[in-house]
Amino acid sequence: MDALLHQVFAGLASGGIYASLALALVMIHNATNHINFAQGEMAMFSTYIAWSLINIGVPYWAAFVATIVISFFAAAAIERILIRPVEKAPVLTVVSVFIGLLLILNSVAGWIYTYTIKSFTSPFPSEPPFGNKFVSSHELGAIAIALFVLVAMYLFFRVTPLGLAMRAAAENPASSRLVGIRVGWMLALGWGFAGAIGAIAGMMIAPLVYLDPNMMAGIMLYAFAGALLGGIDNPWGAVIGGFLMGVLENVVGALIGTELKLTVALVLIIIVLLLRPNGLWGHKVVSRV
Amino acid sequence: MNLHHLKRAIMALFALLALTPSAHAEKKYDPGASDTEIKIGQTMPYSGPASSYGTIGKAEAAYFKMINELGGVNGRKINLISLDDGYTPPKAVEQVRRLVEQDQVLFLWQNLGTPTNSAFHKYVNSKKIPHLFLATGATKWGDPKNFPWTMGGQPTYQAEATIYAKHLLKTKPDAKIAVLYQNDDYGKDYVKGLKDGLKDKAQSMIVAEQGYETAEPSVDSQVIKLQSSGADTFFIFAIPKFAAQTIRKTYDIGWKPVVYVNNVSSAVANVLQPAGLEKSVGLLTAQYFKDSHDPQWANSTDVKQYLDFMKKHHPDGDPKDSNNAYGFMQANLLVHVLKACGDNLTRENILKQATSLKNLELPMLLPGIKINTSADDYFIIEQLQMARFDGKEWRLFGELLDY
Amino acid sequence: MNTTNKSQLLIALAAIAVALVLPFVVPDYRIFQLTMVLIYSIALLGLNILTGYNGQISLGHGAFYAIGAYTAAIMMDKANAPYWSTLPVAGVICLVVGFLFGLPALRLSGHHLALATLALAVALPQLLKYKHLEHWTGGVQGINLLKPDAPFGLKLSQDQWLYLFTLAVVVLMFVLARNLIRSRVGRALVAIRDHPVAAEAMGVNNAMYKSLTFGVSALYTGVAGALSAIAVQFVAPDSFPLTISFFFLVGIVVGGVASIWGPIFGGFFIQFAPNMADYLSKDLTGAVYGVFLLLFAYVMPTGVVGFLRKLASKSA
Repeated sequence: MDALLHQVFAGLASGGIYASLALALVMIHNATNHINFAQGEMAMFSTYIAWSLINIGVPYWAAFVATIVISFFAAAAIERILIRPVEKAPVLTVVSVFIGLLLILNSVAGWIYTYTIKSFTSPFPSEPPFGNKFVSSHELGAIAIALFVLVAMYLFFRVTPLGLAMRAAAENPASSRLVGIRVGWMLALGWGFAGAIGAIAGMMIAPLVYLDPNMMAGIMLYAFAGALLGGIDNPWGAVIGGFLMGVLENVVGALIGTELKLTVALVLIIIVLLLRPNGLWGHKVVSRV
Repeated sequence: MNLHHLKRAIMALFALLALTPSAHAEKKYDPGASDTEIKIGQTMPYSGPASSYGTIGKAEAAYFKMINELGGVNGRKINLISLDDGYTPPKAVEQVRRLVEQDQVLFLWQNLGTPTNSAFHKYVNSKKIPHLFLATGATKWGDPKNFPWTMGGQPTYQAEATIYAKHLLKTKPDAKIAVLYQNDDYGKDYVKGLKDGLKDKAQSMIVAEQGYETAEPSVDSQVIKLQSSGADTFFIFAIPKFAAQTIRKTYDIGWKPVVYVNNVSSAVANVLQPAGLEKSVGLLTAQYFKDSHDPQWANSTDVKQYLDFMKKHHPDGDPKDSNNAYGFMQANLLVHVLKACGDNLTRENILKQATSLKNLELPMLLPGIKINTSADDYFIIEQLQMARFDGKEWRLFGELLDY
Repeated sequence: MNTTNKSQLLIALAAIAVALVLPFVVPDYRIFQLTMVLIYSIALLGLNILTGYNGQISLGHGAFYAIGAYTAAIMMDKANAPYWSTLPVAGVICLVVGFLFGLPALRLSGHHLALATLALAVALPQLLKYKHLEHWTGGVQGINLLKPDAPFGLKLSQDQWLYLFTLAVVVLMFVLARNLIRSRVGRALVAIRDHPVAAEAMGVNNAMYKSLTFGVSALYTGVAGALSAIAVQFVAPDSFPLTISFFFLVGIVVGGVASIWGPIFGGFFIQFAPNMADYLSKDLTGAVYGVFLLLFAYVMPTGVVGFLRKLASKSA
């Protein structure tokens, strides 16, 4: 029983990881209606930027903020320069561009930083809180930061005019243009915010799994599954989905063994999606004939 | 007779001496060899999931470039054609066929990966192309009866695990064992070696086994499960990233078993530092080459040579990465074999020289380790030494163990 | 037969003629590469039927490719079955698996279908390594196969024979696909893609058509997988990484979505783009490949075929 409880806590800790990257996926989905397969690699690259800054002596929080700002502008620039030309191309062509971007970022990171793993600083104490053995301070801190990003994102989309304009631009670009929203800039902003959220996710993930160019490959899959499970258009749903994914995977692993745990977890998620086609907390899409 | 004449006379004498042994054996070449060049082929994962190993091929190319600048081997330049196989068997087959049929290399060397080499194992043997010193530790590369042209290039994973089993049986015969392994040929070879070494006690001693996939973000869940099995001895058969996670997690959850970690994942700078040196105290492993960033070797000539080589000739590579040290050592070994071939650069002679190494010592190998091969012994390195980590460096202990 | 059909037939015949001559003028190693191009184009044709014509995305066709390959390998290794007999079996197995997978999956759309198919591709290598299937699949070690000799005492090298055999399969599969797409069924597929609700209202059984399409698509990819096992003479879980499913998708985008000719160009891309990237840089092999993808997307957003069509209509 103790072991199972331990598995649940460990699952929540990794769930926090998936949730934070899932938020970046939701951000870009709500801004552009795409799922950016290169999101994980962008977050990985941001984390390397932070690593470089810390390595040359920049204090952690300064590097943290600087990385978020750099990632914001870099991601917005990627949208303006690399994605803009295929804006009107078929969706599969856009997917192909995402795959290209993924390969480029992964390979360039390996070339600059080599493939050896690097430890990444955690801003949290190394002693576990309250002397417990289940969760480390960093895991708890990472979950708190993911929740903070979630609340910020929720308020941004709900309350601020910019957030509303972005949602409008994604859902109905033509009408948005008519009311004076600059749709092109909204897309770039969406990318920028997603890049910034991804950077936070990366900096929270790297202390746990170590920094290397392939760090995000598995995490991206789990984040994607988690986001869809909870509802890709709803930040709350995606975060809960991420946590569920983490717990599900660990509990399945503990019960049936690790050999097929990923397979079983994915099958369970697909069954849920069959029953709830919009995810557990996603919004219904009404299609008109 | 002035100095000039003396020099000439000496040179003539040397030339005569050099000619004597090969007076009857004039130059002999197979495709890929000539008066000016030795062409060698190789496949490496420069892209794809195993691209972290690509640095081996780059270090080796850099080493040969250095050798060529110094005049080459017996006056011939080494031309290493190293192609990307993305760690997939179909691509490996295609690239090897290109090397053999189009580029007409003299032989293949240091092809990386078990699944990739398996795919063209039969092909190169039917073509009688030497397929030397493969960068994989599977046992099947030492099978001279069925595959006389294929030779492995490092201690086998199975043999290494057998050594751990023997050590454990001697020091802790009533151990309860937990095993974490990578769920592929690499991890499973270790598990097999461990079970072979424990013999009939394997069944009762191993209380828990957990596999992991390289695509998984972390192995925390596996470690927790292994802890709950009540084991007091823990074998980690993983790649560096997951080994580091495991060492750290084991410590953090307050589990204090005797931990064996496989050689691939024992580098101080690469694994133990990220895991935390204080969390690595007491780890056991078996070594055959020097960890370039272990303080105890800081003053040894070969390690200095290696670090100097990395700085001057392979500056893009990370000297802490043991893959680079491995490539440095392998390139050294090959140069030795090629020198021994002299002017007889036929495929048959290459194989003959590779299989008649006697008490060869190489830079970066642990003191005392000697390379011996013969027509029915295709394993180049058959000695390992146990080591325990003391928080700063690996302390070698006991004898060199043969297998 | 109208003029476009006639000119298409002429192009096809010319292409086949060139393809027939090639193995007698290039060395064996090139023939092997061209065989792989043909094999990839069958797999891409399968994916194109599903994604291009029917609008269902799949990130998991590598799984069907693997199932086909393992079917061939197990039949040849365990039952000594002749190589040619493995193709129909691989096709039927994939048809059934694809249909059964399609039945529930068709309820999913867009991103969710992408996830479901991705899950298939992620799960399959794990299943191949699963201890209770190891006896059949060879586990992590995989299965080695022998290459077939030319029959009837023909004086052909193994590579020449296998190429010609594969070419015959390609022609058959392409003719079948073309007829399928031009038939009532094909029009229904496109109708479902473009106006699902309208198609349903007009009496098309969307659910049935979609699952059948999934099955047929899997059949094509499975046959390609079987051929790949015979050509490469080896299968292992590492032969079918997740990336292969992505590269199939990339292949149909580069070749041209919803086009019969696209898969041929896509096949060339999948086979030769990685070699080109390797040739250009050892440090940035992956990045160079990525740049290729971007360039294709910018210059030919509708694929090679779309690009050629545009050129043709401009010059006309």
